[in-house]
Amino acid sequence: MADRPAPARRIVVLLAVLAGLAGLGPDPAHAVLPEEVLANPAHEARARAISKELRCVVCQNQSIDDSDAELARDLRVLVRQRIVKGDSDDEVIAYVVSRYGDFVLLRPPVKGATLVLWIGPIAIVLIGLLALISYFRRAGREAENAGR
Amino acid sequence: MSRRFLFLLPLVLIAALGIGFWFGLQRDPQALPSALINKPVPEFSLAAIEGSARGFRRDDLLGKVSLVNIFGSWCLACRIEHPFLMELKANGVVPVYGIDWREPDRQAGPEWLDKFGNPYRLVGDDPRSEGAIAFGVTGAPETFFVDRKGIIRYKHTGPITRDVWERKLWPIVQRLRAES
Repeated sequence: MADRPAPARRIVVLLAVLAGLAGLGPDPAHAVLPEEVLANPAHEARARAISKELRCVVCQNQSIDDSDAELARDLRVLVRQRIVKGDSDDEVIAYVVSRYGDFVLLRPPVKGATLVLWIGPIAIVLIGLLALISYFRRAGREAENAGR
Repeated sequence: MSRRFLFLLPLVLIAALGIGFWFGLQRDPQALPSALINKPVPEFSLAAIEGSARGFRRDDLLGKVSLVNIFGSWCLACRIEHPFLMELKANGVVPVYGIDWREPDRQAGPEWLDKFGNPYRLVGDDPRSEGAIAFGVTGAPETFFVDRKGIIRYKHTGPITRDVWERKLWPIVQRLRAES
């Protein structure tokens, strides 16, 4: 008899492989260099949180917290300098946005120009649902008519 | 009658989306709209590069139409536009100011300018991206067009070639000069 793994064992093997692959992925925390870290842990935590919201304008699909790009590093340092100087989180973010525009925000703000981004997906799902409902209703009616 | 062609609707929608995406792909994702157009040049003050007496700061730009060019000795595209910037200087077309961005060491920038020529009226050393971030720079070269009042009016991404200059950039300088 051929030795085949039982389905349950197969799933366990698959999960183990996936977990292994996940472990191989880049650790996003590694972009921050030791010398950048602030002495005050509260400041550092705020800097990390802000950095995760800001897009690296060179690599574009990473936050500056993830990115090894030099400009991302300089932006991280700038964020930390402003925190140490006493800026609030909003003030730090507003400063970077004033230089680079809303594009640097990984979560774009809800406003006129970005409304399509926020409403668009919901609208498309709603349209699809309505189309499905009307289709099944009609199909049901036709089946009823045919059965009569 | 109209129902008979309803099956074409998805096709038309897909085609429209495809055309939209096709045009989207023609755009350069690195060329970001500057958030600083029609805003005053942000406060900045950069130290002099080695061998030079003066640095470069915001107030140097007031009172005339000028260009601010972000460059670095590591930047290949900057080499491409460099001869044209030298020409602008030789002909006294418009003053160009330089931000020497993120040099690997203190000598690299000055050596580059010694070797190929210095097209800039003033150069600021920017090892920590202070100037680059003030201008919202994402790469080099980038060139900002600043009017008499110190307001940023235009940003050019990438090297300045003779073609772009004559077609697009020189008319901008002339327009800014015509303003009172």
